[in-house]
Amino acid sequence: MSAAPGPAETVLALEGVSKKFRRGELYDSLRDLVPALARRVLRPVPRNALQKGEFWALKDVSFSVGRGEAVGVIGENGAGKSTILKLLTGIIRPTEGAIRVRGRVSALIEVGAGFHPDLTGRENIFLNGTILGMSKAEIRKKFDAIVDFSGLEEFIDTPVKRYSSGMYARLGFSVAVHVDPDVLIVDEVLSVGDYVFQRKCTERMFQVVKGGATVVFVSHNLHAVNDLCSRTVLLSRGKVEQVGPTTEVVRTYLERARARMQETPRGDAYIASVRMATPDGAEAVGIRAGDPVRVELEVRARIPCEKLSLGLQVFDEDSYNIFNTATERLGLGTFSVTPDEPFRCVFEVQMHLGEGTYFLGATLHRYDIQRQYDRRFPAQTFFVRSEQDVRGAANLYPRVVTFGADLPATSRR
Amino acid sequence: MNGGDTAGGLLRYRELLAMLTWREIAIRYKQTLMGFLWAILMPMVVVAAGILVRGAFTAISNKPLALSAVFTVAVKSVPWAFFVGAIRFATNSLIANTNLVTKVSLPRAIFPIASVCSQLLDFAVAGLVLGVVLVVGRAGVTWEALWVIPLVLILIALTMGISILTAAASLFYRDVKYLVEVFLTFAIFFTPVLYDVDMFTRLRDWLLLNPVAPILEGLADALVKHQTPPLPWVGYSAAFAGLLLVVALWTFRRLDPLFAERI
Repeated sequence: MSAAPGPAETVLALEGVSKKFRRGELYDSLRDLVPALARRVLRPVPRNALQKGEFWALKDVSFSVGRGEAVGVIGENGAGKSTILKLLTGIIRPTEGAIRVRGRVSALIEVGAGFHPDLTGRENIFLNGTILGMSKAEIRKKFDAIVDFSGLEEFIDTPVKRYSSGMYARLGFSVAVHVDPDVLIVDEVLSVGDYVFQRKCTERMFQVVKGGATVVFVSHNLHAVNDLCSRTVLLSRGKVEQVGPTTEVVRTYLERARARMQETPRGDAYIASVRMATPDGAEAVGIRAGDPVRVELEVRARIPCEKLSLGLQVFDEDSYNIFNTATERLGLGTFSVTPDEPFRCVFEVQMHLGEGTYFLGATLHRYDIQRQYDRRFPAQTFFVRSEQDVRGAANLYPRVVTFGADLPATSRR
Repeated sequence: MNGGDTAGGLLRYRELLAMLTWREIAIRYKQTLMGFLWAILMPMVVVAAGILVRGAFTAISNKPLALSAVFTVAVKSVPWAFFVGAIRFATNSLIANTNLVTKVSLPRAIFPIASVCSQLLDFAVAGLVLGVVLVVGRAGVTWEALWVIPLVLILIALTMGISILTAAASLFYRDVKYLVEVFLTFAIFFTPVLYDVDMFTRLRDWLLLNPVAPILEGLADALVKHQTPPLPWVGYSAAFAGLLLVVALWTFRRLDPLFAERI
């Protein structure tokens, strides 16, 4: 779990990589080609200059990954994550700079690449496996394991067009995770199927990482990145903003996302800041199930406002509201705020949640006139880990008292 | 990792080629009414058209329609159907596999090549049927029939070359597909399929400049007339096909890095 690349052999390196893309349509028919070519001959453009409509998807990106290391790549939409993936797998080439890779690279970018709806599950396993770089003999050897992993034994000779989308994705993923590469590049495909299947996939990824494979994991799912990767790269608008231990980088990412949200102008009264902290005041990002957490809110106003109430919500990954409360409902009455005097409120909550990623939301209300002044969602993303493998939003802290044919102690009078 | 679109790389991807070829074939024949009859449908239509045209010729010259004329048309129709079908499928092969082109690192020349290979199966089936027809119809078999092997190889090389180029071109420009369609529809009038080049005097050499023409004439010579094909012209076709294939692979390889971005 060391942050420094150290002396470990580098298997994958990006050196000053830049990639230029063009917005909008290119000349798509032959008719447009001639004027375009003429223009190019008359006015040659240097490689590193931007023409009209072009932009840098990546600019001067450098980082390296050592053997057996799992590195995460995070960033908002449009930060350049997908471009990095495509460059690493050789689907596109950089405009500038170099990419060095040692060994067989396999990419989980597309689940079920090349699947054809008219072919059966069995046929598609062979097709997809070959496309992902496995030999026929290798697939035959792993065939049972793949089918077993997918849990689709009964339907393996059914054309995949009769599959549900979940089954389709499960079959695709099952093939993908059975490729044993030297370097594995993973997109967010982990988020397929139901919860149990996702869990299975994450476990399989762990195995791959522990088995010594080098992994680059590109994701929005901070929870999974935090679990899998010791080191993480934060991208922002095509540039590397930070490289370091995952917890530090994730924290920067969350702080920045929140800071940006707070820049936006607000109404008469607004929630100026939302912060999650541990009881000793440190920033809370990864939370252990059951730990107390302080949610610190600050309300400011442009004109005096009265009879206000603050609401607090927690949503799970499926945007399902699993918890909500408000100061007024907690019996605290309402509050007022003036432009000179901000109002501060600190909730303390016990995070009795199952493992997973959650979103915190905050609202500012005046109930008697049914007016919502402000809504912050997601004010913060956080993830919860549990010592026990419990699934679902609520954590009921299970303890097994009887395990077997014996009667439980309590009912034995 | 990156592509491997050279001959060596393609060899390494032999299994992939076999797989993609098999996929195209499987898709074509699954859930179809006619199954393998499709393979001979197209040549049969061309033969029917040929008999009509030949019938018209003989009606004008007041001679009965010779069976050998029918055989000649049949012998030329089967490879022509392959040529047209393969190019038509291959032109679309990269666009039809967009998600493989943009999401998986593969030597992409494999897509048009697999399309051509999948058409080879239809060609083989139709060829087999044709062989039976020739034997049953007492067209006769001589050693000259061995010329079929090099002639077919030249035809395959030529088809591959054109297919690889049109596949790459249609990825960049969507109207290439329609151009190819128009070209293939009218090419039959400029190629000796329904007629023979020997029916012309001054135009003969001009018609043979079409690299497909010497191949078709050669096949008719070898299988129906039992004589050696016009070797200089066959040599011309072979050189044309070989050169085109090299140029096509080279061009494809140069364009390859742009495929995922421009598709």
